[in-house]
Order: sequence, then structure tokens, then C-alpha cells
Amino acid sequence: MESVSVIAAGDISQSVARLYRRISTQLRPDVREALERALGAERSEMARDALQSLIENDRISRTDGVPLCQDTGLAVVFARMGRRVMIEGGTLQEAVDEGVRRAVGEQPLRSSTVADPLRRDNVGDNTPAIVHLEQVEGAELELHLLAKGGGAENMSRIYMLNPSEGREGVIEAVVNTVRQGGASACPPLVIGVGIGGDFERAPALAKRAFLRDLRLRNPDRDLAELEAQILSRVNALGIGPQGFGGAATALAALVERAPCHIASLPVAVNLDCHSHRHGVVTLTGRSRPLGGGDE
Amino acid sequence: MKKPRVLTTPLTDEAVASLRCGDRVRLSGVIYSARDTAHKRMIESLERGEELPFDPRGQVIYYMGPSPAPEGRPIGAAGPTTSGRMDAYAPRLYEAGIKATIGKGPRSEAVRSALRRHTGVYLAAIGGAGALLSRCIKEAEVIAYPDLGPEAVRRLVVERFPAVVACDAAGRDIYEIAARGERSS
Repeated sequence: MESVSVIAAGDISQSVARLYRRISTQLRPDVREALERALGAERSEMARDALQSLIENDRISRTDGVPLCQDTGLAVVFARMGRRVMIEGGTLQEAVDEGVRRAVGEQPLRSSTVADPLRRDNVGDNTPAIVHLEQVEGAELELHLLAKGGGAENMSRIYMLNPSEGREGVIEAVVNTVRQGGASACPPLVIGVGIGGDFERAPALAKRAFLRDLRLRNPDRDLAELEAQILSRVNALGIGPQGFGGAATALAALVERAPCHIASLPVAVNLDCHSHRHGVVTLTGRSRPLGGGDE
Repeated sequence: MKKPRVLTTPLTDEAVASLRCGDRVRLSGVIYSARDTAHKRMIESLERGEELPFDPRGQVIYYMGPSPAPEGRPIGAAGPTTSGRMDAYAPRLYEAGIKATIGKGPRSEAVRSALRRHTGVYLAAIGGAGALLSRCIKEAEVIAYPDLGPEAVRRLVVERFPAVVACDAAGRDIYEIAARGERSS
């Protein structure tokens, strides 16, 4: 007989709060390695100086308990929820928001959310989080959390290309996005690219691409090759760390794709800063028989 | 690499005019933090003929909204925000006597022209180095617009705050120079 996995909303909140605190105050090992590799390849003194400061910033953040960056971002969650998971005591959104609220109050993190985009009053607790929910097989709840800063997000773009523009059009779209806004987006960047889907699917794909560990190659050989081409073209721009000039304009390009309309070639380019803050937690909950009859 | 230039606020025209694009600086003294909404309010004050929350002559504005201060520290993470969003306001403030702004990323032609006209400078701090820069801030006090939370205007006392001269009073621009370095591929 099938069983359901019951996860308490309070456990989700606690996991989100802990994860949000961690990603705000320490660099991931893959990001740190990428920065160190970039430093090794950089000849410009100004660029080296900037990269060294970023590596030092990670050490100070851990020592002082001060976040890596004052912009501790909007909390963006990609949830992969097993079809046999049941949340007890609240919706996923409510549970995640409570976790964000706790992290912001206790760490403390900056509330970077305004309630209304035109009136612009700060909500004070940085909620609501942006939650993407995907239902998958199984009985686990996997929560990927990104702390997405405003500077890099502002320089992100979506293009609705003609299918005739093809692969070169996609590369050009990324290069143009970085050329226009890259220096303001805290380079060296991590670039998420979403190709296909429709007008709202493409940017979600671009953001989801960020979840991959930078040490892992894209499992799709064609996309892995496209990523290498994009990275090489972007780094030829010479923008460099902080826009001061240099070899490392981007640390990585990560591409995801999805089927799309016969008339369309959507391309979304989502930029992320050098701190590339994200992490994952998996919750399993308590097992309970499904449809066990009346007691 | 050349040794960093040591600067103390308030800044004089002579000090500003001697700074060259690409120079590293270490800034000490009082500076003021302000970002988007605070700028909007300051410009509205000037338009109404009112005074700014601080005397702008010779002063430095840091485009920054900190994270809350942990216990026992004057301020939380305190790195620069994107300067381009303040481009619409900056020329008016240089005209009012501001000598330097600190932020990250390129400035508009209008701002660069204001630097030439009023002997101003634009300094870039390391974007994303919020914990490192926090250590250079010794005191922080909200002096205007407390309702704006992280966006309130703060009076900061800094010590050897590191930055790079990105746009100087002679019209040189580090971002333009970097972009010219684009290699043909």
C-alpha cells in the first residue's frame, strides 16, 4: 500500500531559516573555487585586487557573522515536492515565508522587499518569498533557496527571438545583456540562460539553471558546448571583475532549455553576482499509510 | 601597483582634481549614505528651496543601504549599490557641493559631465564585499528619513575605506577603458 510523507510546516520554516542564514554568510565551495581559479588566471592588478577582496570578504563574513553582502536578496525557492508529500499546518508558501521572516529577524538580514512596487514601503520582514513549485515522483520535499540580489536581477533580460536567429542569436542575446549591464551586476557573474518555453517559462528556466553546482558539467553535451561558447564570448568582452577590466567577466554560464512554440525562440538571460548564493535542503517527514480506512 | 592615496573628508577641489582614473584610495572621516528614495527626497527638498539633511559642501555620498547591525557592531554588511540608479539625481548634488560619490558600476554622460564642471569624482567600491567594507565603518547614525529603514540617510565615520577612482574630474572613465579592451573573437 502507498504511504504519504507528512512534513510539518514548522520543520520547513526552520530549514528555510537555517539555509537562508548559511547562504548569506558563506560562499559555496564551488563558487569559492571558481573565484580562486579566476584569480589564478587574471593578470590585471586591479582585477586581482578585486578578486582577492571577494575571497577575503568570505573569510570576514564567517568570522564577524555579518552577511557577505548587505543586499541579502529576495528569497527565491524552487520546490520539488514528491507527489506523496503532505504538509501539515500550513501551505508551502506560508511555511517558507515564516522561515524567511525568522532568518531576517535573527541573523539579521536586510529586508529588501517593498509591498507595492509604486508606493515602495518596505515590508520589514522580506516576505513574501518567490516560490516555484514542481511536483515530482516520491515522498520527499527538496527545497532549493536562492538569495537573489537586486543589482544583477535588474540587468537581466528576456528576448523573443525569431527561430531563424538560432544558436548564434542566443549567444548574441547573452553577450548583449552582459555588455549593456554586466559592469553593474557585480562581475564576475554567473549567467543563467533559459531557452524555449514561452514568455514566462524562459526566465524561470534561466533562474533554475543556477541550481547546478558549478563543478558539474551540463549533462546534455550540446548544451555543455553552448555554455562553453557563451562563456568564452562573454569573457572576451574585457569587462572583468567589478567592470575594472580583465579576463573574468563571468565565472560560468548555465543553460536550460524546454520545448517551445513553432513560431518562437524565447531566450532569457538571468545574471547573478559573484557570490551566487544558493543552497538546498531535503525534508522527508513522517510516513503514514495512505487510505488506511476509517478508525 | 601604486600605493593607495590617503584621503580625508571633507574633500577639497585640489585633492579631487589630483585624483586620476584607476588610482586606489583609502578614505577616512565622515561620509553620508543615501540611495534611491533618499535621493528622491533630497532633490525634492532642494527644489522647494529647503536644506539637505547635511551640509553638502565638500562631502561624500555613499550609495549604500546596510543590513541590520549585529549586536556589538555599528553596522551590518555595507557594500555599494548600483550607482546608475542615482544618475538622475547626482548632477544636482555635485552642483550643491558634493565632491565624491561612492558606488558600483558605470555612470551616465550627464554625471561625468557634472564631475568635470564641478570638480567632482566618482569612486567605485567592491560590490559584494559587504562584510569587508563593514569593518571600515566605525560609527553609523541615522540622521534623516528613518521611515525608509535600510534606505535612511546615515552619517558614517569611516577609516581607510578602500575604493578605486572610476571617473575623474578630467573626464576619464574606467568602465569605458575596460570596454575598449574588448577583444575580437
